[in-house]
Amino acid sequence: MSRENNILVKLNNAGFKQNGKWLVEGVTLAVEKGKIVTLIGPNGSGKSTTAKIALGIYKNIEGSVEKYTNKVGYVPQKISIDWTLPIRVRDFMLLTENIKEEKIDEALSLTGVIHLKNKSLGNLSGGEFQRVLIARAICKKPELLVLDEPVQGVDYTGEIALYELIKKISDSLHCGILLISHDLHTVMTATDHVVCLNGHVCCSGSPMDVARNNEYKTLFGEQASQILSVYEHKHDHVHLDEGEIKKN
Amino acid sequence: MFDDFFIRALVAGLGIALVTGPLGCFVVWRRLSYFGDTLAHSALLGVTMAYTLELNIALSVFIISSLIALILIQLQKKTNLPGDALLGLLAHSSLAVGLVVIGFLTFIRFDIMGLLFGDILAVTTDDLLIIWTGGAVILLVLKLIWKPLFASTVNYELAEAEGLNPDRAKAIFTILMAAVIAISIKMVGLLLITGMLIIPAAMARNISDSPIKMVIYSIIGGLLSVVLGLFSSLEFNTSSGPSIIMASLILFILSLLNIKQSIKLKN
Repeated sequence: MSRENNILVKLNNAGFKQNGKWLVEGVTLAVEKGKIVTLIGPNGSGKSTTAKIALGIYKNIEGSVEKYTNKVGYVPQKISIDWTLPIRVRDFMLLTENIKEEKIDEALSLTGVIHLKNKSLGNLSGGEFQRVLIARAICKKPELLVLDEPVQGVDYTGEIALYELIKKISDSLHCGILLISHDLHTVMTATDHVVCLNGHVCCSGSPMDVARNNEYKTLFGEQASQILSVYEHKHDHVHLDEGEIKKN
Repeated sequence: MFDDFFIRALVAGLGIALVTGPLGCFVVWRRLSYFGDTLAHSALLGVTMAYTLELNIALSVFIISSLIALILIQLQKKTNLPGDALLGLLAHSSLAVGLVVIGFLTFIRFDIMGLLFGDILAVTTDDLLIIWTGGAVILLVLKLIWKPLFASTVNYELAEAEGLNPDRAKAIFTILMAAVIAISIKMVGLLLITGMLIIPAAMARNISDSPIKMVIYSIIGGLLSVVLGLFSSLEFNTSSGPSIIMASLILFILSLLNIKQSIKLKN
């Protein structure tokens, strides 16, 4: 196991075929400690598949995966809890690892759902459940976090707060994050590296590189130009050392 | 102390209830009740094999049931038939083969009713040993695979992604199912074993809000069913299996009343 360059998981030309159809192919990417890699792309472009390849859920893959950690936290895109299971939020927090009570409380407080701790999982709203999923994934202090559309169904203010939280977690735990989003806009500020998928890697690089890329623009159309307008606004001032602001 | 047939039956039944309680919860959660039926039906074949080859019944049933479970997994991989059709195919054909084989074994006197519905007179001191040591091993193994098994019951991909090896847990659980059927067949009978697994667990589901509570209530329900069932079996001279299952049915109905009351209170 070589950990010289802090790589947690690495995909080499990886792909997955189901019923004779490629879900995704030729993906090469690496998630390093303390870095956030974001996968974007339209529906059916293979984002979740790529995440599942990285996690080792899909076994018969093309190419190869090198995984250098077993401390993994996963927020899947879709999860439905069967009513036959009597399970409360706090039971769910302990699902894959035994965790101290105060750590559970801490994680649930961070995602703003501590009041739901003793509620039955089946009675939560979509957004509440999503917050519980994130709390469960971070509470085991993973080295690698894989978040598949983690804020779906969360209200807009909550969405921004949760992305800020994810950024904070990546800094404080110094863990690597593989984040999936269909919306580059909201994840732009937090991301170190973006991989744009459409059945294959169509482009990758820093958020700005990707947003400027022509293939990205064809995939996302108008939305892409909006991002540029948000991030390429003119700076009419500069920040000086002592908090002073100087007009250009 | 174990000289009395009734004490033996009681000790055997309580041992079985301790094991079927937690296992039954997983049968309910994972929707495996028909799978349990299939294994139980195939047990008849195991019993005939035991008589022909002069093997221990529990051991022979365990071997045949595990074999049927393996065949099922292979058929699932190799055919396009839906799971319930495959289960029905295996359940009824193994039951039929078992009955036909019994027809050929004219030199042995079979108590078919006892096989199907359980017989408290049949429990020997050896059976007690098998039930309690076998039961202890089953519970120990279940405790060891609890985390991956439960996590994959909630969500397979989560369990797999976070490194819990759910496939191995599932395979081990299948073997545990065969084992619990093997140790309880004499007492409960092969037609009613699944009832022993499901009804106390279903009762427990009605009154619990966490997995651990459901397991505990399921065990308590099973123990109560055994005690009530065996006493009434003695009193009314009925088969032990149906008597135990009826007792658990009564507990289940009581648990429904409890729900109604709590709903009324909420309104």
